[in-house]
Amino acid sequence: MQSFDAIVIGGGTNGMACAARLTKGGKRVLVLDAADRPGGAAVGGDPASGALQMPLAHLLMMLDPRVHAGMDLDQHGFSYAATDLTTTALSATGDHLVLEGPAGASVSGSLSDADRAAWATLRKRLLTYAEALVPFRALTPPRIARKAGNDMLGLAKIGLGLRRLGREEFREFLRLFLINVADFLEDDLTDDRLRGVLAFDAVLGSWLGPRSPNSLLVYLNRLAGEAAGTRAALALPKGGMGTVADAMARSTAASGVTLQSGARVERILIEDDRATGVVLTSGETYRAPTIVSAAGPKQTLLDLVGARHLDTGFVRRTRNIRSRGGAAKLHLALTARPDFRGADLATRLMIAPDINTVENAFNATKYGEVPERPVMEIVIPTAHEGTGTDDPHLLSAIVQFAPHDPRDGLDKARKQMLANTLNVLEDHAPGIGGLISERELLMPQDIEARYGMAGGNWHHGELSVEQMLFLRPFADVAQYSTPIAGLWLASAGSHPGGGISGAAGWNAAERILSGVAA
Amino acid sequence: MKDLRHHFETPLRTTAFHDRVAAANVLNEWAPWAGYTTATVLEDAETEYTAIRNTASLYDLCPMIKYRITGPDAVDYLNRLTLRDVARLPVDAVHYTAWCDDHGKLLDDGTLFRLGEAEFLLCCQERHLPWLADSTLGFDVAIRDATDEIAGLSLQGPCTAAVLTEAGFDVSALKPFRIARYPFKGGTLTISRTGFTGDLGYELWIEPGLALPLWDRLMEAGGYCGIRPVGSAALNLARIEAGFITTNADFVPADQAVREDRVRSPYEMALDWMIDFGKGHFNGRRALLKEHDTQSSEWAFVALDIEGNVAADHAILYDGRDREIGQVTSAAWSPVTKSSIALAHMRRPYDTRAKGGIWAEIYALRELHYVKLMMKAEIVARPFFAPPRRRATPPGRF
Repeated sequence: MQSFDAIVIGGGTNGMACAARLTKGGKRVLVLDAADRPGGAAVGGDPASGALQMPLAHLLMMLDPRVHAGMDLDQHGFSYAATDLTTTALSATGDHLVLEGPAGASVSGSLSDADRAAWATLRKRLLTYAEALVPFRALTPPRIARKAGNDMLGLAKIGLGLRRLGREEFREFLRLFLINVADFLEDDLTDDRLRGVLAFDAVLGSWLGPRSPNSLLVYLNRLAGEAAGTRAALALPKGGMGTVADAMARSTAASGVTLQSGARVERILIEDDRATGVVLTSGETYRAPTIVSAAGPKQTLLDLVGARHLDTGFVRRTRNIRSRGGAAKLHLALTARPDFRGADLATRLMIAPDINTVENAFNATKYGEVPERPVMEIVIPTAHEGTGTDDPHLLSAIVQFAPHDPRDGLDKARKQMLANTLNVLEDHAPGIGGLISERELLMPQDIEARYGMAGGNWHHGELSVEQMLFLRPFADVAQYSTPIAGLWLASAGSHPGGGISGAAGWNAAERILSGVAA
Repeated sequence: MKDLRHHFETPLRTTAFHDRVAAANVLNEWAPWAGYTTATVLEDAETEYTAIRNTASLYDLCPMIKYRITGPDAVDYLNRLTLRDVARLPVDAVHYTAWCDDHGKLLDDGTLFRLGEAEFLLCCQERHLPWLADSTLGFDVAIRDATDEIAGLSLQGPCTAAVLTEAGFDVSALKPFRIARYPFKGGTLTISRTGFTGDLGYELWIEPGLALPLWDRLMEAGGYCGIRPVGSAALNLARIEAGFITTNADFVPADQAVREDRVRSPYEMALDWMIDFGKGHFNGRRALLKEHDTQSSEWAFVALDIEGNVAADHAILYDGRDREIGQVTSAAWSPVTKSSIALAHMRRPYDTRAKGGIWAEIYALRELHYVKLMMKAEIVARPFFAPPRRRATPPGRF
């Protein structure tokens, strides 16, 4: 049997990025993925197998440039259908607001001059702060301990970057660091549509409402991402999100990584307190001195390792990783082009009419209820690839918020969620209900079942300040290593979190290659 | 069911033996222990101590915390929880053990009773239900606080085997740390040859409803030798002579300690003999292995013989250069060894080389004034008192 230096569990974005980086570092790597095709949340549907096989992720905004360049994705079939995607804040009356350029650089539509000026100032400030956070993303989180292997030079650079903000701006940065996004927006802006979409963007994919503390920080983290070389931009790959997964898989294979699909790991072998291999559900055993898990930290530690190999306090902290998913995913096949009251379909369409609607949608989920008026981000991938008016279209929407623990049971909640979502859609695109040929709504529990994400949370653990940076997923394992020698974490549950990014996997690989003991 | 909202009206509960203890407690000296009323001295602490060492004594153990641990994975669970190898503990036997947090710092020590293949009773000083419950993840095991379900009575002293025989319970074949069962008034009396005095003695476990008849039976059987109920003051003196430690007297449990340097590892409490690195993973194993490999223990736990006759409670210890090197945790004038003895934390490496000797700074209260005494101390072997009769089987008839 072929021998490997490292086994990576999970062939999603992070797993493949990690494998690629390890291979560059001279390791022979085996990637084991449970699904039929590698790519995790970015896996696209096989066109032949039905219209609704859409991937969980529908936009690119976090793809790590190290991963993009390091894996030569452009050489492996990856290109953009749209870079710097425009956002349309939909109005039920057709009075849309159009935000062009990264993070709404220019706004067209009926917006007061005062709001225009205020937004320009706020946006500049947000991007300045986000820029200060960017270097953190590529860094192993530091630990306050001697000989912790901290990247002191990298940390010094970040510190310097923050100081360069100047005294006033640095103070403002500290003031805003833990603030909620609603307060931040209401201080300076008056337009509901603008405030609504910004508030929505801040809490997208998290378990926070716009009035939850630290929701602005989550927004800054999002703005620290980039697409096609532009900070805070949104992009759509040519051929759909699935092409990212495909390009990564091709690159991984080309670099000499052995990638095995349909290989579900049942447990990690631990011998003499060292991870020495994995056992698949099929019974097969693979051995390697380094085991990297790109499955979520909860699943890795509690299911694959098992509590009996860990200390009780550590198990407590693992169980306490908060991982509530608040987003549902809607997939529709439409028989013809929908009409969102004249909005350009080749933009990101947002239904988040004001801050309170977003907040109210979140409120319901706290009590296990389905929101009456969900808010959503809509992408119509077919509109970007020259599909005609009478041709069928696909619609993908992230709908917030869905109860992670529905009071009346999952089936009833899913049905209600779909009905309420379609009602909201109908208000904004009259007649869309009549165009639907196929529909699918994934509740957080469905996402958990399909993608193995604990609680259906995309980040394999909520992204909020108490679970970020050196607290992600929690302090003991924030540096990708675990108490089990030879076992490493590399999922979105580790710093810097999720999105189709690969950053966590890449960081973990760099940490492993740095020679720090696990 | 009792209305739990009125719990504050009874801040301390009474034990199953309370009626008898209260009748014997002519001084009316009580103290709280784990939420129960317990007697510190009944009549005269010295006389009570003398009963422990010379005849037979009865001590109400009911407040001791008891957890019943059952289920197919009980052995694996306890092996992960505690330091010693539970697989090597036979059925109907007891061992003294301890358990640590993730950092290898002591949470408590206690006695583990193996009542069946998959049935255990863990007895200890402090409450640990959240820790024990959280430790069950991944194990098929059930934990129950059984403190209220079992009345415990400690029968200690050289005459105790004879008293039990007189009472109708033949314990002549019962070896130290072993358990036997006897029918008693329609119930079952469980007797373990265990105790906290370092002498011949037994601990008796009975359903609470039979507690008083058992007490009466033993008092009657022990009448010939002057059996005597004792309070915690006399027991404490005996346990110091036996060199036994008490949680929250000799170390602070890691989950209660506020000060960073108060927590202690098994190496720092001389309990490292319990650690079984070969049995697989257990809580704190990685930290303890590291402490072992790097010799990073900061403290040592020692027994001291101190000159003079004033008990050195909480004395600060110095070397010959007036450098603080330790703290006494328990101390007493020991009647049986006729010396001032103490248990102490000592900062390493002064436990092996304190230049100019070890000095205890003792404050003796003499008619309202403290007199400061600097007394020479010497590290000696623990236990201070270990009579061969404690282990003899069959036990001697006194």
